[in-house]
Parts: sequence; structure tokens; C-alpha cells
Amino acid sequence: MKFGVIQFPGSCDERDALHAASLVGDAVLLWHRDHDLQGVDAVIVPGGFSYGDYLRAGALARFSPLMVEVERFARHGGLVLGICNGFQVLCEAGLLPGALLPNTSLRFVCRQVELEVVNAQTKWTGACARGDRLSIPAKHQTGRYWAPDPVLDELEAGDQVVLRYATGNGFNGSARDIAAVSNRAGNVVGLMPHPEHAVDPLTGSVDGLRLFRSAALLAV
Amino acid sequence: MRARVLIRPKAGILDPQGQAVERALPALGFEGVRNVHIGRLVELDVEDPALLPAMCEQLLANPLVEDYEIDGLRRRDADGSHQNVGPDDPRRSPA
Amino acid sequence: MSRHAELGLTDPEFERIVALMGRELNEVELAVFSLMWSEHCGYKHSRKLLSTLPTEGPRVVMGPGENAGAVDLGGGIACAFKVESHNHPSAVEPFQGAATGVGGILRDVFAVGARPIAILDSLRFGEPGESPRARYLLDRAVAGIGHYGNSIGVATVGGEIYFEPAYEQNCLVNAMCIGLIETEKLIRSAAAGVGNVVVLFGARTGRDGIGGASVLASAELGDASEAKRPTVQIGDPFEEAKLLECSLELLDAELLVALQDLGAAGLTSASAEMAAKGGVGLDLDVARVPLREPGMEPFEIMISESQERMLCVVAPERFEAVMAVCEKWEVNATAVGAVTDSGRLRVLVGNDLVGDLPVAALVDECPVYELEPARPSIPLYPAPSRALADGTAPGETLLALLGSANLASRRPVFEQYDCLVGSRTARRPAQADAAVLMLAAEGAPRPALGVSIDGNGRRVACDPYRGAIEAVLECSANLACVGAEPLGLTNCLNFGNPEKPHIAWQLTRAVAGLGDACRALGVPVVGGNVSLYNEGGDGPILPTPVVGMVGELPDAARAGGLGFAQAGDTVALISARGWAPSLNGSELAKLRGAAPEGELPPADLGELRAVHAAIRQAVRSGALRSAHDVAEGGLAVALAECCVAGGLGAALDLGCAPADARDAEALLFGEGPGAFVVSGVRAAFAAFGAAAAVLGTVGGEALRLDGSHGRLEVGVAELSGVHAGGLATLLARA
Repeated sequence: MKFGVIQFPGSCDERDALHAASLVGDAVLLWHRDHDLQGVDAVIVPGGFSYGDYLRAGALARFSPLMVEVERFARHGGLVLGICNGFQVLCEAGLLPGALLPNTSLRFVCRQVELEVVNAQTKWTGACARGDRLSIPAKHQTGRYWAPDPVLDELEAGDQVVLRYATGNGFNGSARDIAAVSNRAGNVVGLMPHPEHAVDPLTGSVDGLRLFRSAALLAV
Repeated sequence: MRARVLIRPKAGILDPQGQAVERALPALGFEGVRNVHIGRLVELDVEDPALLPAMCEQLLANPLVEDYEIDGLRRRDADGSHQNVGPDDPRRSPA
Repeated sequence: MSRHAELGLTDPEFERIVALMGRELNEVELAVFSLMWSEHCGYKHSRKLLSTLPTEGPRVVMGPGENAGAVDLGGGIACAFKVESHNHPSAVEPFQGAATGVGGILRDVFAVGARPIAILDSLRFGEPGESPRARYLLDRAVAGIGHYGNSIGVATVGGEIYFEPAYEQNCLVNAMCIGLIETEKLIRSAAAGVGNVVVLFGARTGRDGIGGASVLASAELGDASEAKRPTVQIGDPFEEAKLLECSLELLDAELLVALQDLGAAGLTSASAEMAAKGGVGLDLDVARVPLREPGMEPFEIMISESQERMLCVVAPERFEAVMAVCEKWEVNATAVGAVTDSGRLRVLVGNDLVGDLPVAALVDECPVYELEPARPSIPLYPAPSRALADGTAPGETLLALLGSANLASRRPVFEQYDCLVGSRTARRPAQADAAVLMLAAEGAPRPALGVSIDGNGRRVACDPYRGAIEAVLECSANLACVGAEPLGLTNCLNFGNPEKPHIAWQLTRAVAGLGDACRALGVPVVGGNVSLYNEGGDGPILPTPVVGMVGELPDAARAGGLGFAQAGDTVALISARGWAPSLNGSELAKLRGAAPEGELPPADLGELRAVHAAIRQAVRSGALRSAHDVAEGGLAVALAECCVAGGLGAALDLGCAPADARDAEALLFGEGPGAFVVSGVRAAFAAFGAAAAVLGTVGGEALRLDGSHGRLEVGVAELSGVHAGGLATLLARA
């Protein structure tokens, strides 16, 4: 399984994602200005502050040349995971529904959170079971997931809600405690928490590895 | 032309920044303030103002969660000064 | 008032400058001298004292004098680190002041070629319970540090915050950064190579900070329009992220002869220092500097403190390659000058010479002053308001301490910082006494660094010599609790006006203590910073030496933790012989309304070094389940902190505690270096011999402490609630 991690100016967690992916497969960095996905099987859009979060988080990164390729790749069923800022980019690009707004508290919060697996059928959660609890750190200031109520109803009915913050664990005011959503086909997933920071027992939990492993399993 | 675009959060979406300011004003002695909302201002020189709505839709605003208003078109005269464009001028776009 | 006096130069200084120049000076030249000979750039009142500090050791690969110091980690890798202050800008605009403080220290570290891996910060403000301004400064400074550090993607892994009335008008914001580099790639800042090109890269230059480091009062200078009003420095972490990658790629490709970041006094100090270190001259054409504001005067361009800019020296044949790297990272780069053999800093506008200065005069000839210390004859600091009555029961006293602003949980603050980016963080804030950062992503054992930043104002006010020693010991003790052996130290000396004899006394005695402690512990000083003149109408700040230490530990899997971990574990007090906790200068004394006065216990440095080593060894062996240094608030607070962190109670008896602890209250709440609370299996304490006093067992839902005070018993839930709420409540009022 070959993972590609995009690097924008201002990306912060791309090397962390690269390392996490390399634990279950091969992983390369993809420069945002390139037009070539280098034949990867899965694309990771990492966390950070691409373009300084200027205008809106993810608003500028979504227009990078490489994102054109990512959009095509996604529409053809390619695996795409958007983490934090990556989630914001995917929403801005219309590859995922909804938008990420400033946390209700208006503060940046870095905290370990418990997540509940709602949909274990997506390409990124296949190695999980519905109801599983994952302990993964979240660190963001603009992570309040929002979509109009009819859209949220559709997402829930259509199994597009992938992860929820367990009771008492949400801190950003996300609608219906939604922590991760997918597109209809389940090949594109976006989440605010950082699974790449939960892959080493010496830094905390290893629950995040399961998302990467889920994707790697599909390469067999 | 010099254009000004105002972007504000859509009504009905929680605006904690607006709320924070609304709470802070009375603490400073300013009473009778309600409905505070915080948005963004984009100012730009543009040759063809008719393109502004598309710019807003595609980049300047996120139409899912934001409304935008093209407010104030000012013509730049040869001497570098700006003159307001009349309200009925077709170069103005509706909000 | 004479022109030079307006700019902060004394008459003798001015006369000396004219003599060195051999003629009268023009505006540009006077501006440059006034900055280079300012206290901030010239260290006039501190250089002599700083030269008494020990700076050498077998692990030092870069000592004081460069952008950052560095210590050898083995395997061809070095750790570069430094601490710097940004006190005055933070008092003016705390968000940007703290943010640009972080930006500045990051640049110092990557200016030597090291990739920053962590930030720590030491903050001091007035009393948050009484002062809305103190709450405001705290709130905004924390937001600024978070904004900059999080955006640029460097983990903020530790720090300290203290509140004292004496910091009300003069807050302290000290920022520390550590980075990693291959030792042989460390780059210095000395310009070299006549004919080499001087390149300015990074952000455009505006009027930021004009009137900051300098005393230029813009109103008097010609026709001052609105546009010339001095502005606060504004930081842009996104620009710095690009600048960082660009700089590291330039260095990796070996394209640079020298590199220097632009900090205080901007282009002026960067160019003067590069030239002085290299024994060369520099010609600078300010007309080539990319500007953000129109119509800037040459002197403004020279003194601007616009952020996110670097200066480098490049051989002409490498120039194109340098420009290509900058373009890739979307960083502006411009050739602005050349290295010469004139020994002069020449400032030009195109072909017009507007300033011509001898480099040696600017840097090496800057006067160094003798301090005239005299012990203060009257108390310098007013007593704080009393918050706790005498005779309050020990349980209530413990809760009052735990919920006080200085001791309460800092979680509401550190959760605003990304402590995880980089995947190195083996111990997050509040998990252990020091931050632990791993050097590799895989493997076993996993070597790591332990880092801590510690200072104290109140105890240094009581006794500058012993108080400064305690600051160094505190750092070393924190490192010991994660199994780390200190490799090097950086310090920031925050003091009042050194021209006043009582402040000079504080500074002199503190530096003496700092030096003696470093020598006794075998920890060299590899760099640091001095911030003087921190005083206002209400008097000086408490004398506050802040110490940052980096240490190494062989295996992050054995980095310990501060909380009690398992019911049934034995709890022991490990104390140095002669540990003599006293209430003088303690947090309890402060709650009771005592001014920062009183004798501090002496420290047997040899003994303390041995105890730190013993703790370190025990942590490394894996024999201990927890280790926590007894510091502010004393033993009872330390025990409570262990309970809260672990979510477990303990049943303890202080009867076995050493007899040196005079009375019950001193034993419970007295402060003084040399004691640790550890837990584990009983057999683990054999290695400590007589230094270990078994106190009891972990378990239950309360901290129960018996002793000559009677019985103290408080539920862990109550301890946790008070601890969690103390600072949070104050922040909510910000």
C-alpha cells in the first residue's frame, strides 16, 4: 500500500502522518504544486495551518494544483483521508459535506478524546467495529462541524457519520458530536482528531493506527 | 473600480465571536446592544465588477455558512481619487 | 535635551563615540550607535557578570555568543537551545508581544541550522484575583504563544506561570526553544569572504517596533506624519514557517557562508554583529530592501524590527541557487549588500553613502560598566494582601494552597498549546516534572531529552544568592524526576534598573549563585539573555533569574511520571541530608500576607547533586512508579499533586520524616531544595539508604497525612476539584 501525504505551505503534521502511514505501508510526501499523485493508493491531506488559515481554514489550499488531481482521484473511488486542516480542505473542495467553524469556546484546545466508531464500513475504518472506542488526540481551534439540519439527517441516514465524540468528550460544539464524516461511497473520510498522533505507545495510545491499517488492508 | 465585499456568518449559525463581543460591551458600560455578528471585509481593485459574485461564490465566501454583500463600488478617477458609483449603476450587484 | 540624550546615550558615551568616529555623526550613524550601545544590544551592565558564569564542558559544541548554544547528544547530533525575554513588548500588546517572542527564539534556533522541536515559556504577571489587567495579560499572552507556536508547528511542551504584585506593571514573558541538528552542520554568524553577497530574506520591512528597542521619539524627528508613528511588532507564523523550511534547505544544501536572524534593532544589529564576528566590513544598500510601507527613511530601514527576516552571506557563484530555494518556498529574497575588508559598516541609498561606521566601535568598543552593588537597607517589596488566616487547619490550608493562582492546575493554559506535533512528546504537560521529547520515532530503547524551565522571584528577593541557586536546583530536580541528566543550561536574567545599587546587588548575588550552582552540578551555561530596567512607578520587579535546562535520558519508556500509579505502592520521601524546609519565602507565607523576606536555608550543593543523581538512577532503572520534586507549597502540596495526577489517595505518616524539619508546619508546607516524593515497591527504596523515609501506601479515595500536626485528610475528589478550578475561574473572568 502506497500512501501519499500532501505538503502545503503551512502544513504542520505532514511528517507525523508520513511516519504513521509508513508503519503499515510505503509513504511519500507530495508537493502541493505538483500535478502528479505518483501512483499512490491513498492520499492523506494532513493537519496544520495551510496558507496560515488565511481567508478561511483550507480555503486556499483547496486550489493547489495537486488538489485537482486529488479531486479526480476521489471521484474515481481513490482513498482520501483528511485530518484536521485536511478535513477543512476537503469540505472547502466539496469532497465532503458540511463546514468546520470556530470552536464554540473560541479557544484552541489540545486534548486526548474518546471517539466512538459509528461506521466501520468506510475504507478508513474497516479495521474497526461499530461501537469501538478510540482514544485519539484532538488539537484545533476551528473544529466545530456544521451542516444544515436536513443535510445532517441525510448523513446519519446514509451512514456518512463515521466517528462521534463520546459523551462528554466533545469540546468544539460540533453538531451531533460529529467528529468524522465520509462521502457517500465511503472512500473519502475527514476527521478533526489526529490519528497520526496515536500510533506509538510512548506518546499515548495506538488507536489511531487502526485507521491507517484499515486502508492498508485494502491493498492486499 | 475599488470594491468592498462584506462577508458575514449565515443567520441561524452559532456565532461565538459575535456573542463574546456582545457580552463584553455591557461590561465596558455600553448598554442596549444586541445581535452582534463578526464577519470579514475584503477590499479589492477590480477591472470587471461583474465578476465579483463569482469570486465570492468560489473563494471569498463559503456559501454554505456565509452570506456576502458587495457593498460600495468606487470608481478610481484619473487623478487617483475615488468616486462612489450611484446605487442604480448596473455595476453594483444585489446582496 | 541634546540629540544623543534623547536617543539614550550618556554624555561620556557620546564623547567616546565621537572620538572613535573621528568626526561628528549624522542621523543614521547616531541612530545605529544608540541602538548598538543600548543595554538591550550592548549588555553594558551585565557583560562583566555574565563572564563569571561557567560556559565550558565536554558536551558543549556551541557556547554563548552565537544565536543559540548547543550541546552534543552523541551519534553526531546536537541540541541547540536558548531562552529570551520579550517583556516590554508584551506589556504593551501581550498577544503580539508574546507571539513575536516565540517567533524570535525560534529564529535564533534555526539561525544556527537546528530544526526547532519544542517551545517552553515562563510567564509572570500581577495578581489575577485583584487585577483585571493581570488577567488580561495572561489571557492574551497565552493566546499569542499558542497562536504562533501552533501555527508554525512546533510543540509547546512546558512552562511555568507565576503571579506576584511586583510584576503588575512589568510582566515577564520568557520564551525558550530547543532544536536538533547534525553537529557538523552547526552554522555560525560570522560574515566572511570579501566580495560575498549579503542577502536579506523573509518578510518585507515596515515600521514595526520603531521606538521599541531604541528610544527614538518619532515626534521630534522632522515632520512626523501619522504614517511615521511607531508600531508594535506583528508576527506572522505562516511567513516564519516558510522562512524556517527555506533556511534549513539553504543550509542543508551548503549554500550559505553565514546566517543571522534579525531581532532587536533589526538590520542594524544583525549586520554589525555579523561583521564584527568575522572581522570584516559590510556595505548595505537600503534602497534594495523590500519595503512594506512607502517613504521609509534610511535610519528607519536600519532599525525596523519587522519580524520573520534573516540575513545571510552567500558566495557569488551560489547566489542563483539561493534565490531558487527562496522562490520554491515563496520567500522574498534580495541582495542588499556585500562583504568588504574595510572593517566598516557602510549604509548606502543606491550610490549615496548615508552612514559610515567602524564595526569594532559598534560592537567591541561598546562600554562595559562596573556595577555598584549595595545591599538594600529597606524592604523593596510591599507585602501582598493576606488570603489565609493564621491557625487555619492543615486540611484547609492545603486546599487554599492548591487552589491558589500560583499552584492551581495550568491545564486551562497548556491545553491551548499543541504539545504533540512532531510526534516526539513522551511526557505531556502535567504528566511528569519535565517534558520528555524522543530523539527517534522507533526503536528500543528510545533515547530522549528532558527539558524544563524554572525561575523564582520571591525566593530570589529573599536572598538573591540562595534563591538563584534554588532556581538551578529546581530545574535539575525536575530533570532528575524523568531520569534526565543535565547537559546544559540557558538563562534569562530579569531584573530592575542596574544603575540602582540595590538592584545591582540583586543581580550580582544572583549571578554568583547561578554560577556556583552550575559549577557544583557540572552544568555549563551555553547562552542566554538579560532583561534589565524592569521597573515602574511602583518599584522594580522581583529579581527573577529564569533557567532552562536540557538533559538526556536513555529510554523514554522509563521516563517516570509524577502521579501515584497503583494502589498498594509504597510512598517514600527522599531527602538530602540537611534538607531544612522553612516557611520563609514560601507560598504559604505569601497567602498569609508576608512580604518576600527572610532567610533561606543553605544548600549543600555536593549533597544535592548526589540526591539528584540517585533519583535519576532510580527512575532510569524502572524501579520507581512515580517521582515528583517537592517545590512550591512544600511536601503536603507535592503529595496532593501526586494524588490528583494519579487519581489515587494515600495513607501516610510523617513520623519517619527527618528530624531536621523543625516544626510540623514547616514539614508540611515549608520550602527548600532537596526533597522528592516517590512511589513504587518498597524494595525500590533500598538504593537510597538513609535518604529514604517510608511514609505509607497509595490507595483509597483520600490523602490522609498523620504527623505532629495531627491528621490531615482530604478527599482526592475535593483536591482535584480545587486544583482544577483555581486558575480556570480566574481565566474565565479575563
